[in-house]
Amino acid sequence: MPTASPASKQLSLRSNGDGPTGKASFESWGRYPIYRANIIPLHWQTDYPALIQNLPNGILPVGLGRSYGDVCLLKDGNLLATPAMNRLIAFDPETGLLTAEAGISLAQILDFAVPRGFFLPVTPGTKYVTLGGAIANDIHGKNHHIAGTFGRHVTEFELVRSDGTVLHCSPTENQSFYAMTIGGLGLTGLIRWATLRLKPIVSRAIDYEGIQFHGIDEFLALTEASKEIEYTVSWIDCTSTGKNFCRGIFMQGDHSTKRAPLQPSPEPKLVFPFDAPGFALNHLSVAAFNTLFFHKQIKERVATLQDYEPFFYPLDKVLHWNRMYGKSGLLQFQYVIPWNNAREGTVAILKEVAKSGLASFLAVLKAFGDVPSPGVMSFPKPGITLALDFPIKPDKSFPLFERLADMTLEFGGRLYPAKDAAMTAAQFQAFYPEWDQLARFRDPAITSSFWERVTGEQTSL
Amino acid sequence: MNQIATASAASNHSGASRKILVLGATSSIAEATCRIWASQGASLFLVARNADKLAAVAADLRARGAGFVDTAVVDLDDTERHPALLTHAVNSLQGLDVAYLAHGVLGDQQSAEQDFNTAAHILHTNLMAPVSLVTWLANYFVQRHSGIIAVLSSVAGDRGRKSNYVYGSSKAGLSAFLAGLRNRIDREGVTVLTIKPGPTKTAMTAGMKGSEKFADVNAVAKSIVKAIDNRQDNLYVPFQWQPIMFVIRHIPERVFKKLNL
Repeated sequence: MPTASPASKQLSLRSNGDGPTGKASFESWGRYPIYRANIIPLHWQTDYPALIQNLPNGILPVGLGRSYGDVCLLKDGNLLATPAMNRLIAFDPETGLLTAEAGISLAQILDFAVPRGFFLPVTPGTKYVTLGGAIANDIHGKNHHIAGTFGRHVTEFELVRSDGTVLHCSPTENQSFYAMTIGGLGLTGLIRWATLRLKPIVSRAIDYEGIQFHGIDEFLALTEASKEIEYTVSWIDCTSTGKNFCRGIFMQGDHSTKRAPLQPSPEPKLVFPFDAPGFALNHLSVAAFNTLFFHKQIKERVATLQDYEPFFYPLDKVLHWNRMYGKSGLLQFQYVIPWNNAREGTVAILKEVAKSGLASFLAVLKAFGDVPSPGVMSFPKPGITLALDFPIKPDKSFPLFERLADMTLEFGGRLYPAKDAAMTAAQFQAFYPEWDQLARFRDPAITSSFWERVTGEQTSL
Repeated sequence: MNQIATASAASNHSGASRKILVLGATSSIAEATCRIWASQGASLFLVARNADKLAAVAADLRARGAGFVDTAVVDLDDTERHPALLTHAVNSLQGLDVAYLAHGVLGDQQSAEQDFNTAAHILHTNLMAPVSLVTWLANYFVQRHSGIIAVLSSVAGDRGRKSNYVYGSSKAGLSAFLAGLRNRIDREGVTVLTIKPGPTKTAMTAGMKGSEKFADVNAVAKSIVKAIDNRQDNLYVPFQWQPIMFVIRHIPERVFKKLNL
């Protein structure tokens, strides 16, 4: 493969040295699949599209590689790594509007914003994702029922196409590109910078309450009762059957309104994507993980003030916790099923999972609200969402996954591309009938292994 | 312990008022260092060759809380412009506490082996230009009996190796120049800090073999800020490079000349 520039040589984003194809391989957070790719770091806004001239095999902008499956991979192609393009451009403390280059991570935004009394409007369960990645996957958080998706808080951004065209996108300008890029999986062009509306806080603390529940009806009752509470999410035990079926802990919280010092978080452990220091967690045992999560709560109700770090990012404490699943990686599965089938569908899928014996280590249940997303391809819609992960066992995981995806489809739901490595093209196209619009807005030079997988069989529908 | 306590107190108090000139401000290490200074409220005068990149860095530092940011687009190879540039910077900042030299090129070793002009260009950018700048700055600071000159040299200057001896010799010359200058002006109240970073993950090294194992640029920047606050003479960063380079310097030449380094 000819190199297009001195900056483009083979190197690995996460070179732990144990990938099957060695150091030129690139893995996503699920560590499945692992593909070789040519990684081109972007340092400056002006690097693109100059750096990609005459590259064969397509390109894909990627951030910190925290999506689980193959939306951030491009087999034998060129990955444009954005995290070194992470400058602030402007901040207005009156409005909370922050404009920054798209490679900035949410961790870097928090380091800047929290001491100034601001917080992310929406945050996922890890702060090690980039601004661009958060837009491309239109991520959601524990406050979806109140705040909607991340994209709702992005007031404008600049999209650069591979032919050099620069599009300023907002709800009133280049509306189609705005709507297709939010949740557009990075396929519509490179997001060069974006403006995010931060929200004011007066304390780092979250007024937290954890409540045990037994069964899905108690979960639904707690959901109904907590509609006014900003953050809600539940962990459920999906290995148990019988009277313990669908038991779990309902976690809810609001930003504390009691003024407290807004000091920055302790030194982040990982800021840049090329870090793969040897001090990760090879020795971390499943037992320790259990202690962190499963035995978090022994009483029926626990109310406390908790720092936002453990509330939002419990797993970020443990770098590379995904290695716990070993070399074969893990498969994520996250559906949303609309309210009319939400209860029935969730019970049926949880039973199927329990029956399979492929215990899901971490299962997260949440009710999505009805705040619409500006993104055409955004995953969330009103209903129940459940996220599971499985260790990959080739003979068993994939057939189970396919059954679960079919069940999701029957119940009128859909799966989350950022967490998928297994849905078929037919399933994807049924989940997202708008996919052909994305195909039209896709930049001709940009593609991903996910996109090739889920559009490859388009004639079969 | 006492020294550390004084240093941290100094960094807390001097941050807001400190006037810093940064030459080569768009280099990855310089930019990371400036972000720390900006968050302390320092006043910064930034010099770089590329106007777009310099504007992006300046906007970032303003947003991060720098007390004052001014810039000049200058190719520092042009040594004739140095006195005017430095005078302008000092006027703009209304004084100067720290001069930080971070510009330089890695150059193309293979081409420099064949073509003297390539080698001369590397030596000019990495050695002649800093010598011109530091000569002016040293005399400015000596008159005031205060000031810090912090210069990015490299571990590559500690011993010539076949893989990058042209770059290495420019840094060796620079380190020797700074050592001599320190010997002359430290007694005048002026600190000269020679910074020797090991391989660091920067735009300069992106794509180099093994670069994913290089040092994190933010950690390197943090050490540099601390060394300046402590008025250190020399800094190997990360610190492991000090013993490593000690060993490399002491390998007998008859062995060393056969190694592939």
